Amino acid sequence: MSSTQPRTLYDKLWDSHVVRVEDDGTAILYIDRHFLNEVSSPQAFEGLRLSGRRVWHAAAAVGVSDHNVPTTARAGGIADPISRLQVETLDANCDSNGILQFKMNDQRQGIEHVVGPEQGLSLPGMTIVCGDSHTSTHGAFGALAFGIGTSEVEHVLATQTLLQKKSRAMQIRVHGAIPNGCYAKDLVLALIGLIGTDGGTGYAIEFAGPTIAALSMEGRMTVCNMAIEAGARAGMVAVDETTIAYLRDRPYAPSGAAWDAALADWRDLHSDAGAVFDRVVEFDASTLVPQVSWGTSPEMVTTVDGTVPDPTAQPDPIKRAAQVRALQYMGLEGGTPIQQIALDKIFIGSCTNSRIEDLRAAAAVVRHYAARGQAHIAANIKLAMVVPGSGLVKAQAEREGLDQVFLDAGFEWRDAGCSMCMAMNADRLAPQERCASTSNRNFEGRQGAGGRTHLVSPAMAAAAAMAGHFADVRGVAPSHAARY
Amino acid sequence: MEKFGQHGYYRGKVVPLDRDNVDTDAIIPKQFLKSIKRTGFGENLFDEWRYLDQGEPGQDCSQRPLNPDFVLNQVRYQGATILLARNNFGCGSSREHAPWALQQYGLRALVAPSFADIFFNNCYKNGLLPVVLDEAIVAHCFEQAAAIPDYHLSIDLAAQHVIDADGTAYPFEITAFRKDCLLQGLDEIGLTLRHQDEIATYHSARQARHPWLAGGA
Repeated sequence: MSSTQPRTLYDKLWDSHVVRVEDDGTAILYIDRHFLNEVSSPQAFEGLRLSGRRVWHAAAAVGVSDHNVPTTARAGGIADPISRLQVETLDANCDSNGILQFKMNDQRQGIEHVVGPEQGLSLPGMTIVCGDSHTSTHGAFGALAFGIGTSEVEHVLATQTLLQKKSRAMQIRVHGAIPNGCYAKDLVLALIGLIGTDGGTGYAIEFAGPTIAALSMEGRMTVCNMAIEAGARAGMVAVDETTIAYLRDRPYAPSGAAWDAALADWRDLHSDAGAVFDRVVEFDASTLVPQVSWGTSPEMVTTVDGTVPDPTAQPDPIKRAAQVRALQYMGLEGGTPIQQIALDKIFIGSCTNSRIEDLRAAAAVVRHYAARGQAHIAANIKLAMVVPGSGLVKAQAEREGLDQVFLDAGFEWRDAGCSMCMAMNADRLAPQERCASTSNRNFEGRQGAGGRTHLVSPAMAAAAAMAGHFADVRGVAPSHAARY
Repeated sequence: MEKFGQHGYYRGKVVPLDRDNVDTDAIIPKQFLKSIKRTGFGENLFDEWRYLDQGEPGQDCSQRPLNPDFVLNQVRYQGATILLARNNFGCGSSREHAPWALQQYGLRALVAPSFADIFFNNCYKNGLLPVVLDEAIVAHCFEQAAAIPDYHLSIDLAAQHVIDADGTAYPFEITAFRKDCLLQGLDEIGLTLRHQDEIATYHSARQARHPWLAGGA
């Protein structure tokens, strides 16, 4: 394609990173930033050692342990010896290869998809990869960011490139103001419900339109984070003043003359007028209602004022069977009003919703209940936990007094990590426990074998904690301006 | 990487897993991801569906109670090496432990109407062939797998055909590069490093043009 033709943001990011292309379209794609976690990297480093290869460009890589780390009593180390070995293995691999790392007791440690942007390590125009599917998060910065497997982690370590075929381009254009009580999480859940959990398979999705432009970086990250839940490896948003304001003065962002040079480059990171997409989806956000997932796939969502679907109304036999199986697993009956579903545990955290705005939104709901005389989480809630996305998010929240709001209401206030989003550490659901969770996956067993996950926004999770069942936050926090 | 089949030809017994959107958490649950090794995942493939008790690393799986309703446990499907699946197989987490577990269980190929992107990619790195066939053909294969005991499929990778029990050949797509890698058992990193001078040239030019990347982290 000649450079005079209008290009999509994805075209621009792709074209600028192609080292060479083979006849069948397989490209050697250069990688600018490589995040490493303890779960998907040990076998990659081992592979390098076994083949006698070296890390190509250590300065491109950044390590952070997040999946296995405990969220309490960290000073005592990790009790589980298998988890401990995995974290120590990442430490040793980063140390011996000269790779920057934020270790477990560093205040900058946290979930890799929170830490990267927060530190200014994820920048516009970059290709960003990590052995974790939620790497799509970093696309919020006008970057091409996607998750890879361990063999590809090894490939990037050894060559600073990946072998890739270009995806098709989808644009999801969102217009209309997000109503009070709805957030970026509700928007992305509704979009997944609309296009389906495989609707984005084979595509890179650009989220665009005035509603996306009005979102904060935190909100954009929430949306891009869940692009993978719609099947798309990469989600992205064009660079604008919001992006630039977020990045200014971040520790690893450029400064001085380099910042000015970077800005000139970054301002071109948007789809040109007239650029052609393989698929365009339009969505009116003004119609949003807070979302709650009822099943075992992120596409199984409905509205808080709705009911659990009745499988007998589903004409497609495979979909009907999936609904029946999901309802059986979830312990729900078709037709049940969402607000009658009682909960056992509440999880506020994860790479989707553990940033400062998420914690503010949740705390605002808790304060609202407190102001109306309900000071404590409902009696049937066995555990309500808030897990900030990084040590720095935690510190910021504490400066704002949010920790005290949560603690006063009976929430636990934890240290940063992936925690009960995927339950690799000690934080998990017992069989049949039901959880309102701000995470990204409601798969069977995701939060613990037999556990039942309902995906919601942080405000909805907080309201569920206070009410003991799902509650409509449009009635609870009507004055809260939802800008994200 | 191991070569696929005998000169790219492979015949195997089929096991049908009749559900959409099988995610990688189901293929290999998280507690088994704590291992720092590449092997030992086969006996925990589909752990929560396959066993009646709760799986933990280090268990002797031969002593665990099997779920008789799960298809992999049924007598007629023992020894199956080709998994027949539905839409969006392998969605969710990027964990390569999923193809490792499938491969180490003994599977050599997967046939479905669609696969999730990251999983699809990961399969090729491990000599496991994911084949996309039209939804109607896959539906037909499911019917056959239910009707015919000891139902087998053959895969001719060189010709890019899946051959049904009655001899019908279904063509499938694969990139020339991936096909070569599977047929010859090639090491992708080694192949890429043949272009290391080009990569180095690109790297220097990129860092010069974007000086804020030069220092990296």
